[in-house]
Amino acid sequence: MSSPSVSAAPAESLSSHHVVNDFSISVATVNGSGSQTANLVLLRAIFQMGVPISGKNMFPSNIAGLPTWYTIRVNHKGYIGRKRDVDFLVAMNAETAREDVMSLAPGRVVLYDAPLKLSELRDDLIFYSVPFDEIVRDVCPNAKLRRLVKNMIYDGVLSHLLSIDLGEMVKALSAQLGRKPKAMALNQTALEAGAKYAQEHFADIAHPYRIQRMNKTEGQILVDGNAAAAMGCMFAGCTVVAWYPITPSSSLPESLISYMRKYRMDQETGKATFAIVQAEDEIAALGMVMGASWAGARAMTSTSGPGVSLMSELAGLAYYAEVPAVVFDIQRVGPSTGLPTRTAQSDILSTAVHSHGDTKHVLLLPASMAECFDMAGDAFDLSERLQTIVYVMSDLDLGMNTWMSEPFTYPTKPLDRGKVLDEAKTRELGASWGRYKDEDGDGIPWRSVPDGPGPAYFTRGSGHNAMAQYSERAEDYVSNLDRLAKKYETAKGLVPQPIEDSVAGAKVGIIAYGSSHWAVEESRDQLRDTSALPTSYLRVRAYPFPDSVEDFVRRHDRVYVVEQNRDAQMLSLCRMDLDPALQTRLRSVLHYSGLPIDAGSITESIVAQEKS
Amino acid sequence: MSTETPSSVPAPAASKTNRLGLELATYRGSKTTLCAGCGHNAITERIIDACYQMGVDAKKVLKFSGIGCSSKSPAYFLNASHGFNSVHGRMPSVATGAMLANKTMTALGVSGDGDTGAIGVGQFVHLMRRNLPIIYIIEDNGCYGLTKGQFSPTADVGSKAKKGVVNELPPIDTCAMAMELGASFVARSFSGDKKQLLSILKAAIAHRGTCMIDVISPCVTFNDHEGSTKSYAYAKDHDEELGEVTFVPFFEDISVDYEPGSTTEVTMHDGSHLFLKKTAEDYNPTDKLAAHRLLHETASRGEFATGIIYIEPDKEDFLTSLNTVDIPLAFLPTDQVRPPKAVLDELMDELK
Ligand SMILES: Cc1ncc(C[n+]2csc(CCOP(=O)(O)OP(=O)(O)O)c2C)c(N)n1
Ligand code: SF4
Repeated sequence: MSSPSVSAAPAESLSSHHVVNDFSISVATVNGSGSQTANLVLLRAIFQMGVPISGKNMFPSNIAGLPTWYTIRVNHKGYIGRKRDVDFLVAMNAETAREDVMSLAPGRVVLYDAPLKLSELRDDLIFYSVPFDEIVRDVCPNAKLRRLVKNMIYDGVLSHLLSIDLGEMVKALSAQLGRKPKAMALNQTALEAGAKYAQEHFADIAHPYRIQRMNKTEGQILVDGNAAAAMGCMFAGCTVVAWYPITPSSSLPESLISYMRKYRMDQETGKATFAIVQAEDEIAALGMVMGASWAGARAMTSTSGPGVSLMSELAGLAYYAEVPAVVFDIQRVGPSTGLPTRTAQSDILSTAVHSHGDTKHVLLLPASMAECFDMAGDAFDLSERLQTIVYVMSDLDLGMNTWMSEPFTYPTKPLDRGKVLDEAKTRELGASWGRYKDEDGDGIPWRSVPDGPGPAYFTRGSGHNAMAQYSERAEDYVSNLDRLAKKYETAKGLVPQPIEDSVAGAKVGIIAYGSSHWAVEESRDQLRDTSALPTSYLRVRAYPFPDSVEDFVRRHDRVYVVEQNRDAQMLSLCRMDLDPALQTRLRSVLHYSGLPIDAGSITESIVAQEKS
Repeated sequence: MSTETPSSVPAPAASKTNRLGLELATYRGSKTTLCAGCGHNAITERIIDACYQMGVDAKKVLKFSGIGCSSKSPAYFLNASHGFNSVHGRMPSVATGAMLANKTMTALGVSGDGDTGAIGVGQFVHLMRRNLPIIYIIEDNGCYGLTKGQFSPTADVGSKAKKGVVNELPPIDTCAMAMELGASFVARSFSGDKKQLLSILKAAIAHRGTCMIDVISPCVTFNDHEGSTKSYAYAKDHDEELGEVTFVPFFEDISVDYEPGSTTEVTMHDGSHLFLKKTAEDYNPTDKLAAHRLLHETASRGEFATGIIYIEPDKEDFLTSLNTVDIPLAFLPTDQVRPPKAVLDELMDELK
């Protein structure tokens, strides 16, 4: 075996300081190389040691052979947004290794596959060279499996270099592979071989980054937002699912399929309390959801931007015909080919006014795993209560990355099936019932479901009067549109309300939503601690905006709207909906690289704008 | 309004009510707004007759359509049934969703040849593949009625639009397509052929699976002139009946005089009987290959084969294959759709 390369000078100078529980690791591999297990084992082992972490996968739109970076952020304070800079690089991909190394700040660490000879590139970094091929040859007799097993070796090396308890690594591995004893044994051997190699060869090199046990993850779970949302749908009593595959949404319905098959299907007879259909496209998916909801089921679909675009026509019909529908939009950047595997919050504006005609919709904006779970339930309740389409605006960062969370709370609130005619209400309203009549003054009419006790009616788009009769009369159209607007006003009081964290005396406010939340929290600390700029924060959780949003803007001199798109979409909605006199107070912090937003970028942008 | 039944089948009592004790009028809908003489209106009348004669419970029927003159027609029959006039070409998905929600219903969809063959051809294909229980009627006039006479994908080569443009593209044969893709009941008829259309509709009501019925239905306003192969005159002259279709519902006594030598009998899933009285050729509607041959041969002669072209009475339908609980999904109580807290606890433990 080759000896490790030792870059003595910087190692010496850095060995004196240790960074404990506050750094980021980036594992650069090619996709399809099976590194996901190794990365999750690493993440989980640190998590098990009580240290807050988050894991983000930057992957290509490809099945195998293109570069992938998995970044793990470790932070004792609990900051789990993305960290811009990489502290510890694991370089396994020849193609990107040079560039990855060149982009590191001085003093950072590189663990690399020996043949890449990376230590020649710079002399201000710490390098560990590992002959992966040689080690894997010894531990894995089957040549075909070596490529996969290699990854577990870097976990072993890291456990030594970062002081991660090897026992925790083994435990994390068994959580992944416990049910496959052969694979477990093989990977454990590789893990141990990596650790042993590091012990034997890297004793003399500085280990500047360390994990130390804490107790900040006790009782917490590790989950991704799509799984969380899928669980939310199952506990929300969803009965019909129609979907069409698209990254980053697919894992939502796919998780839902496995949960439903396990918990909502009679294990003996196979009788299911749900129907899940892979539709021929997103138009059909929404059509099925609308048909099912119209007929009384709780139905949902999940997609991303391109699918939402296809659904546009039917979304307008759902609005006008007042048909419930739940649509998850796991947002990603623009059109297919190129960056569909990168995150964004760029469907906000188009979805708020989705479709032709005078339409406006309800959007829910989850920011956490718990909200992905809870808002699934809210979405069904609201869409049935309001008899309209409701979008849950998640994104790739929330949906596909691994996040810590408190365990979810079991929903105890009864399902809100909305104003559906039952026997009593049918009798009470009698012949006066009109499908589109504002019986209660809240803009929400009473709905009759086929095969139920209420009378039949004919559902169609724009041309109907309050009694659901065909009408092209201008007065009928206007009064219907006005009632729909009133219903939208009602929605403001029903949607999840914003969460405010006000600091006494703060003149600057921040408005943010969704996955930007975590970077905003961290940025507020930075602004306070390094720029002496106290900020108040309003996290918007739904559209249409409740009055408290306008109120918040009114109470601050300058309000920064932080979001992950180029054209300030949420800010545009604020401009549309808030008092025009307040508009000069609104400013923008925008991030649209396809990578999750980070605190540093927000801080820099706000500091710069405050100076100008 | 006619209530006639095929001569060989006893009419459901001479009284003015059907087996549910309902009068024909209860099966009507709102007044039609289509052009007088439009083929679509005649089809509406046959749907009303068929539902009345079969004693269909209108409360258990869901009506669907896309967009077009044809798609307006569900408002003109079965007022007691819920109806959903969806968007252009997307009725199949909406109907599929509704049937997923409540599998105990009977779905009846009306589409046009443009709604089905052009904008909606993708959804049509997948509806046929799934063999969803639905009666799917194409009111086929070879043109776009509602947008004033443009060609549809079923317009025949050489047919002339009102403005003189000649269609050069080959037509889609929706029957051949439906058969190929998996529909288990495929028929073609002509809006003017009261007797045949009625029998086909009644048989379709008894069938479980996708019943794709292409009904040639002349558009008197835009496509009923010489040179149009979907005009009344053309359809009357070029209609090659497969034989007489006679349908005997399961609730009727079949002690009628069929000559065994000249009829094919098909037993439907509900126990009804379908008889096809032979013409010259021996035609067996359960033979898919023969059905394809027939469609190609008649088409090459410029004729329409009408009648029940293909039927597979026992084919599993989509809803059955999904194996959902007996209660419609739409009406499941909370305790059946929200798993207990122990399930969430188990899931949370797995993620710790
Ligand atoms: C998305 C969309 N595109 C176009 C139209 C306009 N449009 C309405 S009906 C129709 C054609 C209907 O033709 P067909 O289905 O053959 O029915 P017919 O009117 O002939 O009965 C078209 C193109 C529409 N309603 N929606
Ligand atoms: S335009 Fe043609 S299809 Fe439309 S109602 Fe008139 S006759 Fe019928």
